[in-house]
Amino acid sequence: MELLIKNGAVYDPKNGIKGDKTDISIKDGKIVKSVSSSAKIIDAGGRLVMAGGVDGHSHIAGAKVNVGRLMRPEDTRIGIKPRTKITRPQTGYTVPNVYAMGYRYAQMGYTTVFEAAQAIMKARHTHEELEEIPIIDKGALTLFGSNWPTMDFVREKDMDKLAAYVAWGLLASRGYGVKVVNPGGGEMWGYGKNVTGLDDVVPSFDVTPREIIVSLMKANEMLGLPHSVHLHCNNLGKPGNYKTTLASMELANQVKASKDRQVLHVTHATFNAWGGTNWGDFESKADEIANYVNNCDNVTIDMGQLIWGSATTMTADGPVQYANAKLLHAKWGNGDVELEDASGVVPIFYVKQISVHAIMWAIGLELALLTKDPYKVLLTTDHPNGGPFVNYPEVIALLMSNKKRQEEIKTVHEAVHKRTKIPGIDRELDFNDIAIMTRTGSAKVLGLLDTKGHLGVGADADIAIYDIKPDQIDPSVEHAKVKSAFQSAAYTIKGGEVVVKDGQITATPVGRTYWVDASVPQEHTDIMMKDIRHKFKNYYSIGLANYMVQDAYVTHPKVVKAGISAGVN
Amino acid sequence: MTLKVNLITGRTIDQGVTIENKTSSDYQNATAYCELNSNDVGKVGKPGNNIKIKTEHGEVVVKLKENNGNPDGLAFIPMGPWANALVDPDTKGCGMPGFKGIPAQIDATNEKILLMKELIARYK
Amino acid sequence: MTVITDALCPFCGCTCDDITVVVEDNKIMEVKNACKIGVAKIKGHHRIKAPMMRTDKKGEFKEVSYDEAIEAASKILAGSTRPLLYGWASALCEVHKKGILLAEELGAIIDNTATVCHAPSTLAVHEKGLPSATLGQVKNRADLVVFWGSNPVHAHPRHMGRYSVFAKGFFNEKGRRGRKVIVVDVRKTDTAAMADEYIQLQQGSDYLVISALRAILAGQAAVVPDVVGGVPKEQLVKLVDTLKAAKFGAVFFGMGLTQSISRYKNIDNAISLITELNAFTKYVITPMRGHYNVTGFGNVCAWETGYGTAVDFARGAPYYNPGETAANDVLLRKETDAAMIIAGDAGAHFPADSVRQLARIPVIQIDPYWNPTTEVANVVIPVAICGVEVEGTAYRMDGVSLRYRKMIEPTHPTDVEILEKITERVRKIRGD
Ligand code: SF4
Ligand SMILES: [Zn+2]
Repeated sequence: MELLIKNGAVYDPKNGIKGDKTDISIKDGKIVKSVSSSAKIIDAGGRLVMAGGVDGHSHIAGAKVNVGRLMRPEDTRIGIKPRTKITRPQTGYTVPNVYAMGYRYAQMGYTTVFEAAQAIMKARHTHEELEEIPIIDKGALTLFGSNWPTMDFVREKDMDKLAAYVAWGLLASRGYGVKVVNPGGGEMWGYGKNVTGLDDVVPSFDVTPREIIVSLMKANEMLGLPHSVHLHCNNLGKPGNYKTTLASMELANQVKASKDRQVLHVTHATFNAWGGTNWGDFESKADEIANYVNNCDNVTIDMGQLIWGSATTMTADGPVQYANAKLLHAKWGNGDVELEDASGVVPIFYVKQISVHAIMWAIGLELALLTKDPYKVLLTTDHPNGGPFVNYPEVIALLMSNKKRQEEIKTVHEAVHKRTKIPGIDRELDFNDIAIMTRTGSAKVLGLLDTKGHLGVGADADIAIYDIKPDQIDPSVEHAKVKSAFQSAAYTIKGGEVVVKDGQITATPVGRTYWVDASVPQEHTDIMMKDIRHKFKNYYSIGLANYMVQDAYVTHPKVVKAGISAGVN
Repeated sequence: MTLKVNLITGRTIDQGVTIENKTSSDYQNATAYCELNSNDVGKVGKPGNNIKIKTEHGEVVVKLKENNGNPDGLAFIPMGPWANALVDPDTKGCGMPGFKGIPAQIDATNEKILLMKELIARYK
Repeated sequence: MTVITDALCPFCGCTCDDITVVVEDNKIMEVKNACKIGVAKIKGHHRIKAPMMRTDKKGEFKEVSYDEAIEAASKILAGSTRPLLYGWASALCEVHKKGILLAEELGAIIDNTATVCHAPSTLAVHEKGLPSATLGQVKNRADLVVFWGSNPVHAHPRHMGRYSVFAKGFFNEKGRRGRKVIVVDVRKTDTAAMADEYIQLQQGSDYLVISALRAILAGQAAVVPDVVGGVPKEQLVKLVDTLKAAKFGAVFFGMGLTQSISRYKNIDNAISLITELNAFTKYVITPMRGHYNVTGFGNVCAWETGYGTAVDFARGAPYYNPGETAANDVLLRKETDAAMIIAGDAGAHFPADSVRQLARIPVIQIDPYWNPTTEVANVVIPVAICGVEVEGTAYRMDGVSLRYRKMIEPTHPTDVEILEKITERVRKIRGD
């Protein structure tokens, strides 16, 4: 099938196109040089055209998300839509059902989304849900930061075994990358405790978070994985944690990148850029974080922007969730996974007049606006921790309009004036910056820039057309229009197929699941597996033979090859 | 004499073993009985005798068994159609019927224990 | 002869995955490692041979073809205004997905056997969440295990060996000797007989006793009466000390809590107790789920509809309110005008009044075995046995998802095949 998009005001940062009228030719799901005269034509009529959105950090599938649904029928009751001839019913706001996940991303022009955390042991569940999310391409990052084999191999300083374990763990979980959450803390939470910084020793394993992070970054680069280590820093959720965040970022200097990308991605930085010593003197240190990022070339971040109203916090950071539940007097879901990690789910409601929430709201925006290079800061809400992904258009509008920000600042707790810099920041991002933060940059950070996040020849034909004419709009003033255009794409094209027209779902193809097959020398795997077999024999509650995710759970795989013997490194 | 008891129902291993074989006498043997402690058993007969149990919701004949783990006045019948002839269908607004804590009366009886088929036939 | 190792047992929520099965001529000759229930389930019994139908429920069944049975079933469902699709827990997740789709097509109510088991636990989760962990976490760490209103010796025979009481782990190399076991129940069960400490409550007083424990834990022992639910206060005070002294405590609760008078409020209170204990030391709480894949249904239903069970599609979108939309409620109110019972036995496990309503309305049964539901059915469609003859997914009681192996070739069509055909027929009949 051929398709030609004419007269679009195209923003394609990778290919240096900034709003020029450019035609896009599509054939067999890919962007090509040209198409025949029989191609179907979509006349964009001068409207904004971008590559399909790419989300590098969102919680869309798996055990924690489903615990969120089961804990929160009050959330399921929001956003209910009956089935149609094309779509299954939709439910939920912060924890939508699988169908709503796919439809709502597609309606915003997003076509690729990565689930940010799965324990290997629960990966089958993640994939069961991913399989049922319609339209979008997806993948999942696998947790390694508190796994017993990780800690054993780090202690033994055996990088070959560690790399072999990471490769095997990605295969076992059909995972795309290395996620590290509060390294060491997941194990400590097994006895209700936590680490308090990079140099705390994890009892019984005799390793520190610092050693875990550095070793996993090294293993990640030994394997030449497409994505870097994706870190949820220690001390998340504690005032003063920006120091830990900065110290963690510095660790990237110990490791050389194997590819043209960062060595470390520090995620949902809104929750990690906190100054002060308690909730009373809590303040933003977003400027310090942004300043560090501006002056280095091996660390990227994403916002984790806070959205007013209901959110569901969910993370492998078990101890922080217990603390949240206590602080908020909220219901508490906890889900330790043997030998691997912790996890917790707690509902929250972000209120404009609560000073801490107002400051957090400002931190996300500061991070985005004070970081000079948009390739270094991705637009996320850490869905649904900062708020649901359907609010990305609100975040886009805030970043593009100082007027909107100033209007908003008037309505929030006065603490934003004294304890953040947001009132004085007048930078306004343009469509090119937004395209980077929502697609090109995310694709680059994920290591997918060959086929995702751009509109050059060879890219996947994932395209969004938004109902605004960039040359006829002043986003600074007409921010409401910008927001509504990004909420409801005029067209979303996925793999060359029109899946959304005028904000309505028109087709629900099955997306692909990305995972990384990294090879290592067989002898490394053999030695590593001795340890693994021992752990299954003695400590796991299931057998090794029943551990790995089977092919039946990844019916539309997109396998990315990496590894040591693949000659990538 | 009539013995007043508090009735609970629940799983047993033999009920589990025979659960996919509910037309068998093994299933009946595993589920069509009522346990009382020896003190209470003595008030209505001997282990192995048939007894009739009545509640507000129904009545059924089952075999009497002794289980001295039961406190006085507590009767246990394994979950299944015999027990469910007696339980409280009211879900109290939360979906779950009353399978435990049903006031019941027990009398000795000469009536026979209905087969599963006969028991369900009463509902048609 | 083939030997299948690492096979999974499709009976209880322990989902033991270390079963060895010896197969010869497509017959299971030997089952190793499973408990006696598991062996019985895997070996199986004589099956319903062919589909059967009857119009008069008092009359005899007549054997029919699968096509005829599917046609009749589809007509019943398509013609119903308030159908109930019930059962599911003895089937794999792949079956659940088809069932939910059919419920959507029909505007039906779909509910699973949790409704008479742990659905009240889910109601409590709505209120309080659930601090839990995988069973291996318990095996490796727990030095205190509490069974409250649950009786694993009978209902989950290998639980204590594999995960809780006897299991050896990383931080507990001694197994049974490394942990204290407490049983709280209303009668001295076989599980209670193995405990280090047995606390006997008056039936129905769990809520009171849990409240007393919470008061004592909060330093308010003074407000607790001398005897609560038949338990002397001193024993409760001592119990709180024991609970606090553990390094990792695991509480497993059963239908003693979900089915007695306070229903979900018992669990609500128990979860609060566990949450509060976490201020002192590590505690987790886990429901002892009955059927091997009752947890799976709750998961599939949650990710597809947002709710775990008792979902009413009459509005075209999922609606959930147990007490209103749970199977026994709609049967007792005589709303249900047709029912499909699949992989669960309402005839055996529902109260008499609910079975009476099933006897009044057209009933379709999809099941390998003849059981009390068959006695009230009009259309009976025998199927292959999930987890023995059909591979697929199930969720252990702690939410760990596992893939069941096929041990032998099926002699009957699978649930999935039957449901697909019914759904297709229903669509045609309804003209969309
Ligand atoms: S404990 Fe449960 S799962 Fe394990 S063998 Fe017995 S019945 Fe099967
Ligand atoms: Zn996250």
